[in-house]
Amino acid sequence: MEETIKFQLNGKKTEAMIDPTQSLLWVLRDHFGLTGTKFGCGMGFCGACTVLIDNEPVRSCQLSVGDAAGKNVVTIEGLAINGKLHPVQEAFIKHDALQCGYCTPGMIMNAAGLLIKNPAPSVQEIKDGMENNLCRCGAHMRIIEAVQTASKEMKGGK
Amino acid sequence: MKKEQIKDQESIQTSERQGMPRRDFFKLLGGGIIVFFRPWRVLDLFGMPAEQARSLPKDYNAFLHIAEDGTVTCFTGKIEMGQGIITSLPQMMADELNIPVERIKMIMGDTDLCPWDQGTWGSLSTRVFGQSMRAAAAEARGVLLDLGSTQLGVPVSQLEVRDGVITDTKDPKKTVSYTQLTKGTRIEKFLDVKPSMEDYTKFKSIGKSYNHSDATLKVTGEAKYAGDMKLPGMVFARILRPPSHAAKMTSVDYSGAEKIAGTKVIRDGDLVAVINESRDKADEAIVKIKAEYSFNELPVNDKTIYEYMLKADSNITVVKSTGDLEAGEKLCEKTIESEFHDPYLAHVAVETHTALARLEGDKMTVWASTQSPFGLRDGITRELSLPAEKVRVITPFVGGGFGGKGEFQQGIEAAKLAKLTGKPVMLMWTREEEFFYDTFHPAGVVKIKSGIDKSGLIKLWDYNLYYSGTRGADAIYDIPNAKITHYSQKSGGSPVHQFGTGAWRAPNNNTNTFAREVQIDIMAAAAGIDPMEFRLKNLKDEKMIACLKAVADKFGYVPGKTRSGRGIGIACGIDAGSWVAHIAEVKVDKSTGKVKVVSIACAQDMGLCVNPEGATIQMEGCITMGLGYTLGEEVLFEGGKVLTHGLDTYNIPRFSWLPKIDTLILDRKDKPPQGGGEPAIIAIGAVVANAIFDATGARLYRMPMTPERVLEALKKV
Repeated sequence: MEETIKFQLNGKKTEAMIDPTQSLLWVLRDHFGLTGTKFGCGMGFCGACTVLIDNEPVRSCQLSVGDAAGKNVVTIEGLAINGKLHPVQEAFIKHDALQCGYCTPGMIMNAAGLLIKNPAPSVQEIKDGMENNLCRCGAHMRIIEAVQTASKEMKGGK
Repeated sequence: MKKEQIKDQESIQTSERQGMPRRDFFKLLGGGIIVFFRPWRVLDLFGMPAEQARSLPKDYNAFLHIAEDGTVTCFTGKIEMGQGIITSLPQMMADELNIPVERIKMIMGDTDLCPWDQGTWGSLSTRVFGQSMRAAAAEARGVLLDLGSTQLGVPVSQLEVRDGVITDTKDPKKTVSYTQLTKGTRIEKFLDVKPSMEDYTKFKSIGKSYNHSDATLKVTGEAKYAGDMKLPGMVFARILRPPSHAAKMTSVDYSGAEKIAGTKVIRDGDLVAVINESRDKADEAIVKIKAEYSFNELPVNDKTIYEYMLKADSNITVVKSTGDLEAGEKLCEKTIESEFHDPYLAHVAVETHTALARLEGDKMTVWASTQSPFGLRDGITRELSLPAEKVRVITPFVGGGFGGKGEFQQGIEAAKLAKLTGKPVMLMWTREEEFFYDTFHPAGVVKIKSGIDKSGLIKLWDYNLYYSGTRGADAIYDIPNAKITHYSQKSGGSPVHQFGTGAWRAPNNNTNTFAREVQIDIMAAAAGIDPMEFRLKNLKDEKMIACLKAVADKFGYVPGKTRSGRGIGIACGIDAGSWVAHIAEVKVDKSTGKVKVVSIACAQDMGLCVNPEGATIQMEGCITMGLGYTLGEEVLFEGGKVLTHGLDTYNIPRFSWLPKIDTLILDRKDKPPQGGGEPAIIAIGAVVANAIFDATGARLYRMPMTPERVLEALKKV
């Protein structure tokens, strides 16, 4: 049954008349057209669908849209502020930390969440925090470098 | 360079839909004029029947178009899947046209707009397509110079081009731009004598490092992949899949699926599918279909396949034979016989096979995640009995391929469903479907008998390869008595592989390089010679020698006989026209059998390197991905049932696996460019296996080298 679900989406109050049992992933992609959030496995194993909910990186394929009610959801499309890319996005460009780009939005969202919780992670903490986001092209080394750079940039801004 | 590939494809699509010929379309697109270099070829290139258009066109207009605003559009049937040609092909074109790389826009993998292409694989984009494109651009420059010469009244020899502006070197005020020359008229001209491509000393873009030109699109989520397309009235499809490749459906009951709101069941022969406007509902409906099957499983699985291959009635081909094996054996002081096993591997691109198909009037358009847009077009033409000109395949960004997207079953399925339902159909395979229909890297066996004389020279090499392919099976060392025999599927015989197999990044070379380079290491140890010295001693190939020396230098290699206890291994090989050599250092936990690769250095000779940054990224990617087949990846199966179907059980490399990676590209800018997307992956299995031996004395003959297998090998030390 459809009902009105209200939540904050990329900084804006949003409501949708929707079946609350639909997965957040497909609602974001299909209902809201936010296709930066990717389908990779649908089982929470790859991390391509990672978004932030109340600053916490979560697998949107494992949540229903009803679970997001009243919460603050940020997708890759909402990470830049007023057209200015987020430091993690900037760092991914700087370090060329991507190839096919399909896992990239999930990697960036996960890294952004990691840096909220731990603004100055060690390399080991970055590896641990990113471990369950899968990249097949092998951009891992550059992704770690990018997260380190973003960490430095963000602390610099404070 | 290219920021709006997808938007452009969309706008092109709008004009193309009205059935506009390519020429008129160009006028519409940029207001620009096409420069015709070959007036005698009036035949519209893309009006040719598909069967005739099976090579790169000779008409240079197929590759490029100069618009009035100075933008140059480059057309290629190749696709971008992360390998970076969207960045490097413009570098090649820019240097031939003498224009800034930023002025070039890419249109890729669109069968209605781009020249025919066999597919994006085999590391051919730079070394074959790129070179043809350069030649095309060189002729374009030649023609424009001729035209400029007439316009300015100055001989060509007195002209130079910079940033698309032709200037009289004696009077720099006399200039004319490409766009001024092409404006307002259609120029028909071609050159009898083909100009040569620019000499490397004149390169401005080639050889310079550029970051991925598509990076901004990819970090913002704006980059569109096939699954990101949406059309009015679009439905999601899920297809009923059999539980085994050896299963045949005997009955099906889909009454349960029809009860899921908004679901329609489609049945056409063996094809049973559901469609729904919601992907979640389609997922819900498909599992409600109850089907029964009969099975005809062969008694073979991931453990018994190797013996099965050795015993199978095979087609036997002697690929290469030099000298005399018997005579060679007599010269040997020591002979060594080994048997190597390599399992089935999955491609595991993070984007699954995806396609959106729409039938509008009599024209089928398919947006597909594919390495083979023209192959898919032909497939749809064949399967749906449509004329080739009524099928258009458009390839947006592809989320990883690695050879697995050379196959395009999903595109044909989506097209069939679009025809059956009359609606635009989005088909995005699940991860499980991806594992089931993947064309796996084939399992294989390599048996080698080899021998060395007293001085440590290899005198015998009897190499037998079973059910893998021969890429990389060459001995590469200077061996007077060598034979390479290939055992493969006998036509009409019972199939050895129980499911689809195909190209997997550097197809089969991973298997062959593993076997050869471990065998070399075994011989070096038997001879009591440092494995670097042993290789150099037995090689005459100058490029291989140079790569080995370069990697030794990069790594800081200190000679030592193996087993030294240091955990250092060496391996080398040749793939896609490039030469690679690796040195790795590992740590082995003898109590658990777990291997940690600490560092890997790699030197690569790839001829002219177009984009050093891009090539370096490919090498890093190869090394990282190579750790997967080396240490963790294996598809388990029982007959036609694929037992590995999730990312929880198929172990691809993760952040914790990452070693320190050092890469070096040899300076060979005076040589033609070679492959870069695959070579650096081929030696990872061997370099790690050899390092494990050096650390522990445990010899691994089987990939992946899981902790259990390492423990097993340690028991034999």
